[in-house]
Amino acid sequence: MRYFFTLMLLLVPILGVWTFVEADRWQLWFPQNVSSFGAEIDGLFDLIMYMVGFTFIVTEVALAWFVFKYSANRPGKGAFTHGSHKLEMIWTAIPAVALLFIAFAQMETWAKVKFESNFPKEGKYTKERPIAELWASQFDWRVRYPGDDGVIGTVDDLERSYEFVVPVNTDVVFHLRSRDVIHSFFVPEFRLKQDVLPGHTIPVWFRAEKEGIYDLVCAELCGWGHYKMSGRMTVVSQADFDKRMADIKAEWFSNGKEQGQ
Amino acid sequence: MSQATTHAANSPHLEPGEGEAGTVREHHDHHELGFLRKWIFSVDHKVIGMQFLFSGLVFLALGGLMAMAIRYQLAWPWRPMPGLAWMFPATGGAISPEFYTMLFTMHGTIMIFFVMIPLLTGAFGNFLIPLMIGAPDMAFPRLNMFGYWAMVPAFFFILLGFFVEGGHAAGGWTSYPPLSTIEAAAPGSLTGQTCWLLGLTWVGVSSMMGAVNYVTTIVKMRAPGLTMMRLPLTIWSLMITSLLQLFALPVLTAASILQLLDRTLNTGFFTPTNLQVNNITPDSFLYGADSVGAAAGGQPLLWQHLFWFYSHPAVYILVLPAMGFTSDILAVHARKSVFGYKPMVYSLCAIAGLGFIVWGHHMFTSGMNPALGMTFMVSTVMIALPSAIKVFNWLGTLWGGRIHLRTPMLFACAFVSMFIIGGLSGIWMAATPVDIYIHDTYIVVAHFHYVVFAGSLFAIFAAVYHWFPKMFGRVMNETVGKIHFVGSFIFTNMTFYMMHQVGVAGLMRRTADPYAYDVYQHLQPINEFITISAFCMFAWQIFFVVNFFHSMFWGKRVGRNPWNAASLEWDAPSPPGHGNFDRPLEVYRGAYEFNSPEVAEDFIPQTRKL
Repeated sequence: MRYFFTLMLLLVPILGVWTFVEADRWQLWFPQNVSSFGAEIDGLFDLIMYMVGFTFIVTEVALAWFVFKYSANRPGKGAFTHGSHKLEMIWTAIPAVALLFIAFAQMETWAKVKFESNFPKEGKYTKERPIAELWASQFDWRVRYPGDDGVIGTVDDLERSYEFVVPVNTDVVFHLRSRDVIHSFFVPEFRLKQDVLPGHTIPVWFRAEKEGIYDLVCAELCGWGHYKMSGRMTVVSQADFDKRMADIKAEWFSNGKEQGQ
Repeated sequence: MSQATTHAANSPHLEPGEGEAGTVREHHDHHELGFLRKWIFSVDHKVIGMQFLFSGLVFLALGGLMAMAIRYQLAWPWRPMPGLAWMFPATGGAISPEFYTMLFTMHGTIMIFFVMIPLLTGAFGNFLIPLMIGAPDMAFPRLNMFGYWAMVPAFFFILLGFFVEGGHAAGGWTSYPPLSTIEAAAPGSLTGQTCWLLGLTWVGVSSMMGAVNYVTTIVKMRAPGLTMMRLPLTIWSLMITSLLQLFALPVLTAASILQLLDRTLNTGFFTPTNLQVNNITPDSFLYGADSVGAAAGGQPLLWQHLFWFYSHPAVYILVLPAMGFTSDILAVHARKSVFGYKPMVYSLCAIAGLGFIVWGHHMFTSGMNPALGMTFMVSTVMIALPSAIKVFNWLGTLWGGRIHLRTPMLFACAFVSMFIIGGLSGIWMAATPVDIYIHDTYIVVAHFHYVVFAGSLFAIFAAVYHWFPKMFGRVMNETVGKIHFVGSFIFTNMTFYMMHQVGVAGLMRRTADPYAYDVYQHLQPINEFITISAFCMFAWQIFFVVNFFHSMFWGKRVGRNPWNAASLEWDAPSPPGHGNFDRPLEVYRGAYEFNSPEVAEDFIPQTRKL
């Protein structure tokens, strides 16, 4: 029986590591990354993965080995000890240093993505002049572009539901707002998530580095239709972006509205 | 109390409350109690523990069934469940989206508040505390009885919710407003959410009564010679857990009452102004019959802070007692003293202390000030340190022992193995930038199921197998127990392990049909695998149910100390009668004296004088 249970305990680290190694091949791993800070986030994930993976293997193998080796079958009494001060010091100090290292390694990226003081200030879009307001409500996404004057909340604003078009290789700042309950803006390929809080305007920035169409996912439970609250993030070249904006404008004002009304 | 304590100091045979208006006198009078007084309105801590145990196990089955339905939907969205058309005539047996949101809301609520907390603190806290500290009963037996009876309105409201219009609460077990406060926002926010809040408030009342009792009992009623540093770690963990509840619960109770006011009296603690839900205009909203208050101007984040200020410590309430049980069970079945007893106690205290300053890690992406996120990250990462110390000390306990691989020991070893996984994956979640991506994905689901299901529930199984002889005077069947263990261990890992990778692939939790998104479509086969594993794991528990009830009546009878353990509860008869101990107690040493060179046997009971 001892062999059997040791094997069971040993299978945990073996299969555990194996599934992580194979996950990429099984398409059970990160989707492609297209944002400027995504690679850093993936890197930090990997850093932690290697550190905890090492601890995982060592402790799980030790557990299995002790269960095997210190079986009741062996003759005589077991060891008489109540602990070891030295060992306690070692296994307190080393993890403490490792954990502090992990914590401090995160700070730069976190500040870069989320601190408003680090938001792009140079480019066309800033916290004060966002590319758009993204409104969430049960169960859809609506984008409000500022129109020609570049200011949101004026009469030439353009609205479009479902699809959020942004230019590639540009620092994009937008505002997140909710009409009703809490939602969450999540684009897996951007490695970006931010809850949308009713009553608040939350600025968010990213820089998409590859053209394409990506799923915009609502990641916070927002009611019975939460599962279908999808949107589309369309990243296009600057030229295409200008063209798309012109199209959106034409479409918006053809719906019984005229410019300057 | 003071009288009882003085008495306790003078006599080894404790008689709490003796002379005090006869509060517990009926215990010691040896006339036969009627069925009602003995089993229903009992003040005996063992019977109350049993009541918590049985109701907890019933709710475990209910919560488990809900999990199966959730898994069914995730593997085969919208497909009718075979044989269940009678239950859902409107959909022909299929799970509707609103039913799905209710399912995972109530699965979480029931498992946390009606299964894990009552089992860990209610069942084992009640049963073990007086026995392991050598007391005849709790300090306040009648309060203890009310502690269980406060669960009855909780059961009532939480079950009532399933039958009200709109169904039960469907805002997630976290019940974030405004989804949970505005009636128009979700069907479950009609009446179900009110039932949910009332149910939870009553669970809080029950836990509060229990916690006051446990702390008082442990501090005041220990047998002579049983110093704090001679207490078994189970008792330490239950005491720290009770302190967590005493400090954190008032905040949850206050928060639930605020949410109740928002819902019933149209206050606006959590509701911002100018909401427009379901195309209802703000005007009709403010002054109409709807639930949003004219006051409004509230803050949804306030609820999150208040909720997590309780519910993060609650996460430790869900695991600390399990750590205590594991420490005791490992020591007894490995015939080895707990390695580093004092570091084990200090790390329990450290987890509890740090547990109060980490709640913000649930809110990294919530819109809370990101600078706060940085602080919460550091405290959260550091809480892994005492957890790591505990793991190393458990391994140290096994080292050099003589391990008997009986069922309780197998489950305890599995707890260590599974807790390592759940603890380590927590570091990803603590790291703020990584959390931006993995927040609300399945890696979080994997993480907390490894801690609470594969961790704490396995420790509960270990505790049931270990203390069953003390509860019923019989042991559970070893062979069936081992079969139960093997299947549970394998299927649990098959169910939860791959959720890590699914989460890394970006799959969100709480989604009725993930495959509505292109980015998740390729995840259907792995979800099917997880679902089938979960079904097997659920079905496998039949071995436990049969073994539990069969052994209760027909199991092999055993004496006081079937495991040759050193702690005090094994000094009482199995099962213990009223007043627990039939001989005077005097404690001379800690609970883990194994392999001492001073005696021929491999253990020295705490009561033995050398």
